[in-house]
Amino acid sequence: MKTRIFVTLKNGVLDPQGKAIHHALHALGFTGVNDVRAGKLIELDLADGTSREEIEAMCNRLLANTVIENFRIEDM
Amino acid sequence: MKSAVIVFPGSNCDRDLATALHEVTGTAPAMVWHRETSLPDGIGLVGLPGGFSYGDYLRCGAISARSPIMAAVVAAAERGVPVLGICNGFQVLTEVGLLPGALMRNAGLNFVCRDVALTVGTSQSVFTQRYDAGETIRIPVAHQDGNYAADAETLDRLEGEGRVAFRYAEPVNGAARAIAGILNPAGNVLGMMPHPERMIGPAHGGSDGRRLFESLLEAVA
Repeated sequence: MKTRIFVTLKNGVLDPQGKAIHHALHALGFTGVNDVRAGKLIELDLADGTSREEIEAMCNRLLANTVIENFRIEDM
Repeated sequence: MKSAVIVFPGSNCDRDLATALHEVTGTAPAMVWHRETSLPDGIGLVGLPGGFSYGDYLRCGAISARSPIMAAVVAAAERGVPVLGICNGFQVLTEVGLLPGALMRNAGLNFVCRDVALTVGTSQSVFTQRYDAGETIRIPVAHQDGNYAADAETLDRLEGEGRVAFRYAEPVNGAARAIAGILNPAGNVLGMMPHPERMIGPAHGGSDGRRLFESLLEAVA
């Protein structure tokens, strides 16, 4: 059972890496990019029957820092 | 004063901190590997050193904060034992929940490695009693993720309760309200990005960091 966790910075939290990517895209001539936000994708290969609560606990306790980040769980 | 320095895989300022503690307190600290589950008895300080523990994987300090020794460090902090987290140690303290907020990538994206001017925010703590509030001191920083972030309510509380121990007196990393170091509510846990252990004598170009260790020695002795 595979699950994907998307970790993204909360709205309003400054994303210097996203800004740098934005600048680089602009320098390459891609002038139509309004904004860039960078995040993380974490793929988990889980034992069958792992509960949603357990996955959420993994996100809350380690995978995301909920002070600055949001997470989204996507079953594959 | 007996003290302990926690060593994580990827710590690289553990020897600097041990040397500073040895020189100022007269006693070599116990070096405690992160796999240990208890701290030596009777210690007056736990130090979490700078470095790149676990290669900064996932987030700076995230993996270290979940290592076996940290349960003992949290328990010691709750008993009132002073805990000092420097640089990566500060990141670990926020990740383990002993201090609020988070340390993000520097606003300028660059690794910043230089002496910076700091303003002492309070002299009312076991770490800062040998400083004067409002005093300007010079201590080096060396980090890429020192941009302190917290919500406005947390920042107001830190300021209102006198828990901002040090502020940058010049632009460094974009930290909210120029915060360089903060205390927990009880005042026995300090996290700071600058490295006081790298400024303890003439060979370092100054001794403004030395008083932090002298403050602790005076408080604990």
